[in-house]
Amino acid sequence: MNDSRTLLADGLWHKNPALIQLIGICPLLAVTSTLVNGLALGLATIVVLVGTNLVVSLLRHALIPSVRILIFVMIISSLVTTIDILTNAFFYELHEVLGLFIPLIITNCAILAQAETIASRNKLGKSMISGLGSGLGFTIVLVLLGGMREIIGLGSLFSGIEMLLGDSALKLTINLPYEGALIAILPPGAFFGLAALIALRNLLVSKVKVKRI
Amino acid sequence: MQFTITKAPYVKPITSIPIVMRHVLYALIPALAAYIWFFGFGICINILIACIAAVVSEAFMLYLRKQPITQGITDGSALVTAVLIAFSIPPLVPWWIPVIGTFSAIILAKHLYGGIGANVFNPAMVGYAILLLSFPVEMTHWAPPLAEELGYEVLGFWSTIIYALSSSLPIDTNIDAITQATPLDMIKSGIKNNSTITEIRMDPLFGKLGSFGWEWISIYTIFGGLYLLYKGIINWHIPVSVLTSMMIFSALFYAIDSDQYLSPGFHLLSGSTIIGAFFIATDPTSAATSNKGRLIYGFGIGSLAYAIRTWGGFPDGFAFAVLLMNSSVPLLDRYTRPRIYGKS
Repeated sequence: MNDSRTLLADGLWHKNPALIQLIGICPLLAVTSTLVNGLALGLATIVVLVGTNLVVSLLRHALIPSVRILIFVMIISSLVTTIDILTNAFFYELHEVLGLFIPLIITNCAILAQAETIASRNKLGKSMISGLGSGLGFTIVLVLLGGMREIIGLGSLFSGIEMLLGDSALKLTINLPYEGALIAILPPGAFFGLAALIALRNLLVSKVKVKRI
Repeated sequence: MQFTITKAPYVKPITSIPIVMRHVLYALIPALAAYIWFFGFGICINILIACIAAVVSEAFMLYLRKQPITQGITDGSALVTAVLIAFSIPPLVPWWIPVIGTFSAIILAKHLYGGIGANVFNPAMVGYAILLLSFPVEMTHWAPPLAEELGYEVLGFWSTIIYALSSSLPIDTNIDAITQATPLDMIKSGIKNNSTITEIRMDPLFGKLGSFGWEWISIYTIFGGLYLLYKGIINWHIPVSVLTSMMIFSALFYAIDSDQYLSPGFHLLSGSTIIGAFFIATDPTSAATSNKGRLIYGFGIGSLAYAIRTWGGFPDGFAFAVLLMNSSVPLLDRYTRPRIYGKS
């Protein structure tokens, strides 16, 4: 029990893939122009992460060490292809927006890192919890960054939520009373935003350390 | 009789930051006078707002970084940044444009990189680039020069101040009646519509050599630049190489097709070429430091600015050219380090 709590905490905070390990930041920077885009990609990544860890953990005794990376990538790509086809079928508009970045989940090193360091060495339950924690940590950063950039850059929040939840969710979209500074949703805004989030985390950590001493 | 005996050096160069910054501000006075003559006093409001924003943000960042605040504010470097931003934005803008520009210049470009003397990118140009990318509509509406003579409506004294503070115009005017695209902008959209340069330049917004108004501001700016050269605050390498490369490229393409490409004179005397070459590219912190490096740096700025102006998506590429060359300065400094005398 205690063990799984540490695993979750690792993924969410201590070894957060986006803020600490800085892996998989290509999709992180590219799709977080709105909160909904970030959330959608985050959910897809969680599914792939947990699924990959599940399969790799089950196969861990049969893995041939010299070609293990190849096998990981093949497992990941079959899962990603499934997700890609599913989103294309059920969330067509979202699939249009996210475009190439769903297939590109294959190359997200956060997933490969989990398969290599956790799933191929641990039991099923532990691997899946670790995958969930890491995926949640990644998703939270995607959502935070997407929300920040959307508020500053477009002056709205939850725009495009109807692509996830159907037309009844349209009223969830909040429009703030200003036009927004476009730079936040252009590429520079992604770098500024991620840097601000990393700085915020470091600030929190340094505050906690001072208190303990 | 007692003589005071001092050690060498006997002739002191201008080295302290406050004096350098003060001379830079003096050197901008002729350009400012010409600017007010052609575009009205909107720029004075912008300078005032930008300076207040600069002092506030500088003091705030120095406080956060636990550095002496009065010394940082009185050295004038923040004021120079603020004035350069006010020069690069349109004269008629809502108050938050210069405020956001100055805040991003001082906080992002200057203090996050380590404060005065440590910034990699030119703060004023970072502020301008952020403004241009964020608010393209506000940043491309310029009041025409000597608007009354060209037949445009002119905002009165109070209406200008009210517009700057609340971005609301008097009831009987709208923004399109008092503002215009810049000449470089018009050239760009004109060429896209398959008109020739000669046709586009029939518009009264264009002068004899460059764009009407801007050509004179540029000429007055040269006096300021020569003053800085005379005082030894800037070296000749950067302005000369910026202007030369701009001239070489524009002359080359003008010779190939004078209907599609602007004349060298137009390029030199419109937009931000002159003020950029003398005041912006020569920023001592973000420019190259060896003489050979300075020549390459200036050549890069001139050619990139020409390329962005002619084929890029923005009407004037000077800010982007300066920022791009800023990022190559460490490399330039490394490869153009002067040979130490006596060593091969």
